[in-house]
Amino acid sequence: MGDFLLVTIQVDMHDRLAMTLQDDLTTKISQTGAFGVLIDISALEIVDSFIGRMISNISSMSRVLDAQTVVVGMQPAVAITLVELGLTLPGVKTALDVEKGMALLRETMVVPESDDDDRQDI
Amino acid sequence: MTMTVKTSEVLQIRVEGDVVMVRQRARAVAVEAGLGLVDVTKLVTATSELARNALIYGGGGTALIESLQEGIRKGVRLTFEDQGPGIADIDQAMTDGWTSGSGMGLGLSGAKRLSNEFEIISAPGQGTRVMIARWK
Repeated sequence: MGDFLLVTIQVDMHDRLAMTLQDDLTTKISQTGAFGVLIDISALEIVDSFIGRMISNISSMSRVLDAQTVVVGMQPAVAITLVELGLTLPGVKTALDVEKGMALLRETMVVPESDDDDRQDI
Repeated sequence: MTMTVKTSEVLQIRVEGDVVMVRQRARAVAVEAGLGLVDVTKLVTATSELARNALIYGGGGTALIESLQEGIRKGVRLTFEDQGPGIADIDQAMTDGWTSGSGMGLGLSGAKRLSNEFEIISAPGQGTRVMIARWK
């Protein structure tokens, strides 16, 4: 578990707070050398375009820092609304709950070895 | 059939915290009106987009939240008004992905998709007024 960061969002965030979370989390990934980030949004009652962009940003930034992000616990009504709003969160990995999210992160941690093989082939 | 306004409240949108307040009030009124969870979530998400627009692009404004009754039908209507620069080309502003700022360009178009009724009135120098409604 030490290789992963677990973030649980429990309040209705205003925009600046969401930006702060994005910055803090990116700093934490770099400081700890975490391989994975699990973001639990089960307490979020809405995901609007701003929070959606924050989730996409965290996912992209963590990838650049050699970490994988998995978003877990999205409520069904939030998922329905998100897609109708026009957000599909491309490139963001999701899982139904924390347990499945952890399993997904553990799986992806095995992947880098095969990536190295690919690189040698080139 | 006549439509009656059962409750009505006006909230100021001046700082980011006000956007949170407006969505929480919109949720409370929508739940009170008996809207289902998906409808409530859609309305509150659209509210968040439009309240943020009023703050960022309009320099602040107001949100009018009304609960409506038309026969046996119940609904919630929100009207966002600002005295900002207004929108010159509304069709362009309603296009997915188009933004005059740093957003994703989904606010207006997304809010329209998430609502049963949508109306926008704006002109350069005249501010912007957006009305959305969602019915049970």
